[in-house]
Amino acid sequence: MTSIGTPLRAFFESEVERLLDRLYGTALRLTRNRADAEDLVADTLAKAWVKLPELRDRQAFEKWVFRILVNGFISERRKRQARPREVTAATTCGEDTFSLFEKVHQPFLLWWGNPEQELLDKLLREDIESAVEELPEEFRLVVVMIELWGLSYAETANTLDIPIGTVRSRLSRGRSLLQGALWRQAGEAGIAPGNAKGDAR
Amino acid sequence: MTQDLRCEEVIEKLLEYLDRELDTETEHALARHMETCRACFTRAEFERKLRARVSEAGKAKAPESLRRRVRTIIEHY
Ligand SMILES: [Zn+2]
Repeated sequence: MTSIGTPLRAFFESEVERLLDRLYGTALRLTRNRADAEDLVADTLAKAWVKLPELRDRQAFEKWVFRILVNGFISERRKRQARPREVTAATTCGEDTFSLFEKVHQPFLLWWGNPEQELLDKLLREDIESAVEELPEEFRLVVVMIELWGLSYAETANTLDIPIGTVRSRLSRGRSLLQGALWRQAGEAGIAPGNAKGDAR
Repeated sequence: MTQDLRCEEVIEKLLEYLDRELDTETEHALARHMETCRACFTRAEFERKLRARVSEAGKAKAPESLRRRVRTIIEHY
């Protein structure tokens, strides 16, 4: 006995098929472990399936299900840690404007060819994944929502229930940290032109 | 008629430009600047490509165990 009709089910199944790898990938970046990522996606889809009849605009499914995932992650986090996390060192110190482009785009490197493209080509998937996962959570959430899911600043602010100015500053800090981490990894892997020592400055 | 932007102003607004978060007038001003400034255009291309690489990190092959759980959810609710 099911109250959810067949056309709705067909719609849900095809959307899940289309989005499952992205939901799982996002959950992995947020939870940083496979078992938790699986639980998060399963819980998200269970909620989405039950609430689906309430969703008026089917075009909005993707962002809607993604918000359920983010909210699920946040409330799970709150349950696990009674006290809010200490503000991390990365939050309070260091420059706010690390730019990978400025590091790579140096006049003395340019006569070699195209160092920017070279760096982009050589960065491994794992390097990028771990750079995202290294971000402190408040920055990681904003980067994931905007950069991985293409949410607007307003949608991100709304989902996280924070002011849009906070979204802007966390995004900018998050990107800067992310690019710094990529630069460091590129240096360690010996693929960063002009950064043989893996110096993040 | 908007004033022409300087490179520093373009760089400062570049990421918001790529996020499509600027007002239309500023967005057009940046686009116009990049039609004639190779340095800013190159930088924008780099940021765009980097973002494409970063967004790959949001995708991972869902394991079979998860697919089974999802099928069960759809069957049982
Ligand atoms: Zn310029």
